[in-house]
Amino acid sequence: MFQVRIHGRGGQGVVTAAEMLSVAAFDEGRHAQAFPSFGSERMGAPVVAFCRIDDKEIRLREPIMEPDAIIIQDPTLLHQVDVFAGLKKDGFILINTSKTFDQLGLGDFIRDWRQERLCTVPAMDLALKHVGRAVPNVPLLGGFAAVAGVLQLESVIKAIKDRFSGKVADGNVAAAREAYAIVKAEMEAAMHGEAHHA
Amino acid sequence: MLKQTEGSHAVAEAVALCRPEVICAYPISPQTHIVEGLGEMVKSGDLKDCEFINVESEFAAMSVAIGSSATGARTYTATASQGLLFMVEAVYNASGLGLPIVMTVANRAIGAPINIWNDHSDSLSQRDCGWIQLFAETNQEALDLHIQAFKLAEELSLPVMVCMDGFILTHAYERVDIPTQEQVDAFLPPYEPRQVLDPAEPVSIGAMVGPEAFMEVRYLAHAKQMQALERIPQMAEEFQAVFGRAIGGLTHSYRTDDADTIVIAMGSVLGTIKDVVDEMRDAGEKIGVLGITSFRPFPIAAVAAALKHCKRFVVLEKSLAVGSGGIVATDVRMAVTGMGLKGYTVVAGLGGRAITKKSLHALFAKAGRGELEPVTFLDLDWQVVNRQLERERQTRRSGPAAESMLRDVGTVASKIA
Repeated sequence: MFQVRIHGRGGQGVVTAAEMLSVAAFDEGRHAQAFPSFGSERMGAPVVAFCRIDDKEIRLREPIMEPDAIIIQDPTLLHQVDVFAGLKKDGFILINTSKTFDQLGLGDFIRDWRQERLCTVPAMDLALKHVGRAVPNVPLLGGFAAVAGVLQLESVIKAIKDRFSGKVADGNVAAAREAYAIVKAEMEAAMHGEAHHA
Repeated sequence: MLKQTEGSHAVAEAVALCRPEVICAYPISPQTHIVEGLGEMVKSGDLKDCEFINVESEFAAMSVAIGSSATGARTYTATASQGLLFMVEAVYNASGLGLPIVMTVANRAIGAPINIWNDHSDSLSQRDCGWIQLFAETNQEALDLHIQAFKLAEELSLPVMVCMDGFILTHAYERVDIPTQEQVDAFLPPYEPRQVLDPAEPVSIGAMVGPEAFMEVRYLAHAKQMQALERIPQMAEEFQAVFGRAIGGLTHSYRTDDADTIVIAMGSVLGTIKDVVDEMRDAGEKIGVLGITSFRPFPIAAVAAALKHCKRFVVLEKSLAVGSGGIVATDVRMAVTGMGLKGYTVVAGLGGRAITKKSLHALFAKAGRGELEPVTFLDLDWQVVNRQLERERQTRRSGPAAESMLRDVGTVASKIA
C-alpha cells in the first residue's frame, strides 16, 4: 500500500487533490481511498487530506500517520504544523515553493535523504500562469506523478479532465505537464549529482 | 458500473435509482452532500417524477416526510446529529404510524460540546424509536443498503434508517459499483401502501388510542421488527441474486470459526479491525470479528450463535451510555446470557477520535490476556481528565469544563490524528 498525505490551507484544493489522486489510481485499475481530515475548515486554516493506493481492497480507516509521500501545498505550514510526522525514512517530499530545501530551513532534516525523492515545484506560479488562479493543487499532482512514480502523468491528466472542463481543464493540464517536467528534471539532476559524488 | 466517487454521491445515486417521489431535507454536516446531489438530479431532470422540498428545519423535514409517505409517495430524507434530535418527535410518529420512510443518518456526535465529527451517538439515541437501523461498513454497503431499505420498509410498513459513518464514509472517495436502473427495478417493486390519504377513499390516520388498545398497537410494532429479523437475511439473498453482492443481512462474521476472542462492532471501523485481525492471526492469535449490520431489530439469536464457541468477546462501540457503559454492549450481553462468556465493553472513537490499528492491537492483546477492565475508554487522555477533576476539587467556580480542557490540550492544528 502506498500512502500519501497532503498538507495545505483551506481554499487551496487540498481535499480535491486527494480525491483526484484516487481517481487517477482508479483509472489505472487500482484500489484507492481518499478522505479529508475535517476540522472546522475555513479559508486559510491548515487542512490535511489523505490518499491510499493499493492493489487490493482498502479496509483501513485510520488517518495516514506513516505516509510514503508528503505533498505540501503551502510552505508556511512548515512552521505551524508537524507536516513530516511519521514520514517514512526516504519517503517522497514534494513542496510548493521556488526555494530550495536549504532555504526553507530543512537542510538538517533531509541531510541523509535520497536526494531524488526531495522535490520542489513553484506550483502557485504555474497555477497563476496557466489557470489564472492561485490554486496549487493540480500542478502539484503533476509533480507528484514524476517524483513518486506510483501513477502515470496521463492518469493524472485524465483525472483533471474528469474534474474540470473547458479552459480550466486545459489550463490545469498544461500546469500539471509543466510541473511534471520541472520535477523530472530536478530528479535527474539529483541522481546525476549523487552519481557524481559516488 | 465501477466508479471512484464520494460516499455521499454514491448514496445519492442509489437513492435516485430507487425512484423516490418526495425528498425533503434540511442541510447538516456530514449529510449535506447526499441531498445536495439529489437536489441537483431533480433540478436537472435526471431524477424524474420526484419533488424536492426545501424545508425550514429537521422537524419540518420529518413532518413533510410523514405527510408525503401517508399519501402513498416513496419518501426519502437524510440527517445527522443535532438534526436527528431536532426531529425526534416526528421520528417516533413516522414509526408509530407505520410509514415506510427511508432516512440516511450520516453518523455524527451529539453536543454539547458541539462536535461535527463521527460517532454513533445520534442513531443510537433513537434505539427505541421503532425504526429499523442498518449500519454500513463501506460505501458499497451504504449504497446497497439504501436499495434494500426501501424494499424492507415498504413490505413491512416500517421506516428504515441507513446509518453510515459521517466523514469517514460520507466524504471518502472509494471504488463503488453503481447498479443499473434495470437491476434496481427488478429488485424493488413499485410502492403499494397499506394506508393512503386519498380524498376518493377517505380515512383518518393518527387516531388517539387509549389504554384499551395502546399496548396492542405498540406490540404490533415489536412484532413487525421481529418479522424484519426474518426478512433481512432473506432480502440479502434476494439482493445477491440480482446484484451479485453479499450485502446486508443481520450480522457478518470474519475469521470467527475457531476464534477464542471475538470483537463486535458496527460501521466503518470493522475494516480497520479486520486488518488487525489478519495481522494477529498471522502471529498465531485466534481472533475474529463480528459485524452487526442490523442494530434494530437486534439479532439476538444470530449474535448468540456467532459467539457460541468463543471464550471472550470485546464490544467496541462508538457510543456511550453515560452512567452505565456501552449501548451495543448491553444488547450483546443480553444475547449471550447464560453462555458463561467473559465480555468487555470498549468505548472508542467518540467525536471523531481516530481508532488506530496500533491502539487496537494493544487493546485486543490485553483482552486476550484477560487484563482488560469491564469498561474501557480507548485512548482516553487521563492527564486531561485528571487535571480537570483536580481543578474542580480546588475551585468552586472552576469555569466551563470543555473550554478548560481544550486549553490544557493546546492547539490541535499541529496534530495529524
